[in-house]
Amino acid sequence: MIFLQQVVNGLMLGCTYALVALGYTLIFGLLRLIHMAHGEVLMIGAYTALVIIGYLHGNLFLALVGTMMVTAVLGITIYLASIRFVEKGGHLSPLVSTIGVAIVLQELFTKMFTGEKIAFPETLAVKNIQLGGVTFSTVQVVIIVIALACMIVLYRVLKGTMIGKCIRAVSENMETSRLLGIPVFRVVVATFGIASTLAGIAGVLVGIAYHSIYPLMGIEIGLKGLAIIIIGGMGNVVGAMVSGLLVGMMEIFSVAYISSSYKDAFTFGLMVLILIWKPEGLFGKRADTRV
Amino acid sequence: MIDAYTESILIFVGINILLAYSFYIPMATNQISGGQGAFMGIGAYVSAALTVNFHVPFALALAASGLVAGAIGAVVGFPALRIRGLYLVIMTLGFAEVVRVFFMTNEYFGGAYGFSGIDELTNLPYVYGVLALVLVLLFRLERSHIGRAFQAIKENDLAGETLGINVTRYKVIAFALGAMAAGLGGALYAHYALFIDSNNFGFHRSIEMVIFAVFGGINALWGPLVGATILTVIPEFLRVIQEWRMVFYGLMMILLMAFRPQGLLTKHMFRREKPQGETEP
Repeated sequence: MIFLQQVVNGLMLGCTYALVALGYTLIFGLLRLIHMAHGEVLMIGAYTALVIIGYLHGNLFLALVGTMMVTAVLGITIYLASIRFVEKGGHLSPLVSTIGVAIVLQELFTKMFTGEKIAFPETLAVKNIQLGGVTFSTVQVVIIVIALACMIVLYRVLKGTMIGKCIRAVSENMETSRLLGIPVFRVVVATFGIASTLAGIAGVLVGIAYHSIYPLMGIEIGLKGLAIIIIGGMGNVVGAMVSGLLVGMMEIFSVAYISSSYKDAFTFGLMVLILIWKPEGLFGKRADTRV
Repeated sequence: MIDAYTESILIFVGINILLAYSFYIPMATNQISGGQGAFMGIGAYVSAALTVNFHVPFALALAASGLVAGAIGAVVGFPALRIRGLYLVIMTLGFAEVVRVFFMTNEYFGGAYGFSGIDELTNLPYVYGVLALVLVLLFRLERSHIGRAFQAIKENDLAGETLGINVTRYKVIAFALGAMAAGLGGALYAHYALFIDSNNFGFHRSIEMVIFAVFGGINALWGPLVGATILTVIPEFLRVIQEWRMVFYGLMMILLMAFRPQGLLTKHMFRREKPQGETEP
């Protein structure tokens, strides 16, 4: 039964990771760059929810909606300010400029809220639900349901709607898409909006799950997200979802059965193995290391 | 005699120049590393353990830390044939995180409490002696066959490979040399700060090295030196910048990438006429 309990915990962690990784992978698929401030978008999402719930006395639903709007605008602003005009400069330029954004955001939030961990307000009445010997808390259920719902909606949007088809077309080939009349700029902006919304939601979920948030939380989760998109294949949406869950499970099990201090080493170790033996990722189709 | 304050600035200038080159050297073969802080940490911890626990002379400990960091750099850089571009960035970021966690949890190196009780052995002659050695090595390297191979790989590694350049070998050499510079910088840092803990060598440290090198110019040999010097000295004179140092760095990185992505110095800046293609002797 302890085993099943750990599966639930792993699912909860993995869902959050998957939401972060999806943002990275969508943006990478489109522009072939790593958005290094994506973890900070998550951090600001968490702080937005904290302000809405703690200072404005909103409920969880309001916090989610508010966070989604704030992070969507933030993500689009980051794109316009630090990526749009430096895209052409090879790998290094967008990397450096988005790291610049990350540093500024970390520092501003450290000045505003101090660098220490602060408590995330209780939003849900924590009740335990017994189900066949496994105990779910309402927190776990809410997190898993919200995260899975986001993933299903994203999948449907990408497969079934016009904007989703446009995103996939631009990911396939930006120049051809432009020639075919797809408004590439608007598609990129929309993608940043979607990716940042997911990160914002993930930030709220992290706050609910761990009860505390801090300005540098984005670095750690951001690095995990990057490891996950390597494991799942860069640019691969389903890969990001599945390997997010996989990494979440792996970390929870390594904490439960091996040692809590080496959970990060397992994740990054798996990433390095994947890089060496299957650089296209677990779910990638072809070797594409020359990105 | 110079006062202690000026001395400390000069020492940090020297260390930061070394660190800036540790990012520059792998970059000379088109390898972007986001984890040079890890090699600095390895150098710092190795040298501190040697001088404190084994009473090894500082010069030997310095050499050892450079060699250990360089050897680990070679191992990390070895998969370079398959891992390039953004994949390498993510791999090095992950590697740095693993190293940080290792030093944070390893009891021998002080764990979460950090490593204290290090003697103050770093002084100006050591810092600038090491720096001079590294610079001489670099300048000689650039004019040697290795430097030309680096340049060919940087321009286009596939073309280099077809011309018979052993790309993997030179990439590993570059990565190991970069790690070595970081290791030396770390050893000098440890014996000046006198207390080190794993958070000194995390994400922010790695990024600081990137900023120094990129600001100065990653295509010019003098670039990292100029970048590290300016960015270390300026905050000392402007208290406002000191307090908002990271915000200042961040904004500068965004603006720099938008308006002058090549950095302050460029390769052919000081030549009278523009070169017609590359004509190295």
